[in-house]
Amino acid sequence: MATQGERILEVRDLVKHFPLTQGIMFKKQIGAIKAVDGVSFELNKGETLGIVGESGCGKSTLAKVLMALERPTSGSVVINGRDMAKAKGAELKRMRRNIQMVMQDPYTSLNPRMTVGDIVGEPFEIHTEAAPKGDRRRKVQELLEVVGLNPDHINRYPHQFSGGQRQRIGIARGLALQPEIIVCDEPVSALDVSIQAQVINLLERLQNEFGLAYIFIAHDLSVVRHISDRVAVMYLGKMVELGKDLEIYDRPAHPYTQALLSAVPVPDPEGREGRERIILQGDPPSPANPPSGCRFRTRCWKAQEICATEEPLLQIRPGTAHLSACHFAETHDVVHAG
Amino acid sequence: MSKTSLRTSPAEGGLGDEPLLAVEDLHVEFATRAGVVRAVNGVSYSLNPGETLAVLGESGSGKSVTAQAIMGILDMPPARIPKGEIRFRGTDLLKLSDEARTQVRGQRIAMIFQDALSALNPVFTVGWQISEMFRVHRGMSKRDAMAKAVELMDRVRIPAAKQRVHDFPHQFSGGMRQRIMIAMSIALDPEVLIADEPTTALDVTVQAQIMELLAELQRESNMGLILITHDLGVVADVADKIAVMYAGRIVENAPVYDIYRAPAHPYTKGLLESIPRVDLKGQELYAIKGLPPNLLDMPTGCAFHPRCPYRQDNCVTDAPPLYGISGARNSACHYWREVLDGDPR
Repeated sequence: MATQGERILEVRDLVKHFPLTQGIMFKKQIGAIKAVDGVSFELNKGETLGIVGESGCGKSTLAKVLMALERPTSGSVVINGRDMAKAKGAELKRMRRNIQMVMQDPYTSLNPRMTVGDIVGEPFEIHTEAAPKGDRRRKVQELLEVVGLNPDHINRYPHQFSGGQRQRIGIARGLALQPEIIVCDEPVSALDVSIQAQVINLLERLQNEFGLAYIFIAHDLSVVRHISDRVAVMYLGKMVELGKDLEIYDRPAHPYTQALLSAVPVPDPEGREGRERIILQGDPPSPANPPSGCRFRTRCWKAQEICATEEPLLQIRPGTAHLSACHFAETHDVVHAG
Repeated sequence: MSKTSLRTSPAEGGLGDEPLLAVEDLHVEFATRAGVVRAVNGVSYSLNPGETLAVLGESGSGKSVTAQAIMGILDMPPARIPKGEIRFRGTDLLKLSDEARTQVRGQRIAMIFQDALSALNPVFTVGWQISEMFRVHRGMSKRDAMAKAVELMDRVRIPAAKQRVHDFPHQFSGGMRQRIMIAMSIALDPEVLIADEPTTALDVTVQAQIMELLAELQRESNMGLILITHDLGVVADVADKIAVMYAGRIVENAPVYDIYRAPAHPYTKGLLESIPRVDLKGQELYAIKGLPPNLLDMPTGCAFHPRCPYRQDNCVTDAPPLYGISGARNSACHYWREVLDGDPR
């Protein structure tokens, strides 16, 4: 087993393109949706990496590729030294035990015709070596208890639970095979405000208890800040900035990150008139035909000629201590109300 | 007839003490197979021209049902309004005939819905749908109405409006669709605009654009805006006053600055405390324990008592009235003084 701080996941130049085809009989590829286009990062044991970005930036596709639900077009996903992108058959199945997922919508991600016991115990059906048959019921009850549900409710159906409780069922299912990595794709965005805090606290408690590493995908920036050790910002299939939570939130270097942070409404009316706000014009371009050079240049107020010709790499820029992908990166002090 | 009686003649001038829109002790219930669901239990709020009222609440709190009752778009049955008044410029809308109600709906009180894609008709062009407002309500010709539609699309800042007026809803992005919804709602210069979670389905950068657009349109036309939301951040940004709803009742209402400075109801306080804050990173978030109540099986007394840290014995038996605190502030909690003072639980 890896010890605290040891690297357990390394993603290199990950690319996922979805082909666009034309014609019915003779399908001809006429292009590709570049959903994830060259993403690299690593994850250590017990760490939380937050991934933020707008819809269509590729964060959910990234999650699917990490889970090996989609095969990458190129690049590698190395878990504990082995490349999952190349693994097949029994080896892939074994590797999948180590990375599990919590889905966004607890209303559609649980099969309404299965009992909670069957849902949480299903991973054991697939990975029979994880728990001997006679032991499964007890294991499922343990899991329910761990996530704060009543173990006696093992025979109930999903509709008998509230949204927050259903998300706990989804988390219990993710924990069943004792993975080291859990990918959480918008785990609280479908829940009511008063329930969100309960689920976030649960995720944090489980992380401390089991030394889990999280990839936490969300669009709510204050939730990501609360739970993450490091944060990556994605735009149109690329990472534009990656750093410790403080670096990203207090000293963002990329114009997109700055705009994103300034657009988040602050839950405090004091001083709202004087608050600085960068309002981006327009919508993100289509990932089928991204702009040349820097993909953000079409909405960027700093764009120069070089931005159209030369793609900025994700690297440490002068004057900043973390990775950013902008030719004109400069830190920007953010004044918080809270 | 009824239309003229509703129009303010110049002689009437100001509104006097009567607000633009006043909801008074509104009750809405739904007959379901499982029993009668009391979705709204005595809600009162008021709105003045140019003012923004935020109605804050979780799913099932009755915030959208109240708005639908104001618009007159509730399906009745199963819905029923056993009690209450909705006064618009002094006239109770609930007493109007269907015909008179149609004159108000869309023309003088308009609404924006959360999900623009399902609120727009997929088989008509957006230009046709916007211009329908002018054709139906103003009797304009197709050509004139279409020209008006282009004008409106310009006003809500849709680029290349002249070309895009013939596009269908699916050809627009989420933010642009919401702009089209806004264009339709402001087409006839309404005096009250109800926005039901207008930005919930949108990304933050687009949300900022839409909220800015709404604020600007409001400044231009001095309409009253009711913003229904669950987002405490959006409320803090734009609202003048807030009504917090829980289980079909208003539990607290106050000017926006007061409520964020010192909430007077344990539910509001809990919501504000459960927001992740910079200075509390790494600590456990405050979480309101338990679940929102089942509307079919409401707790006795105060509906919040099973989740409330301030609960005393009388909360279980006596439903608290909306206590007046000061001026425009009210709280439906027997122990609002303790909550307001921030006494530890």
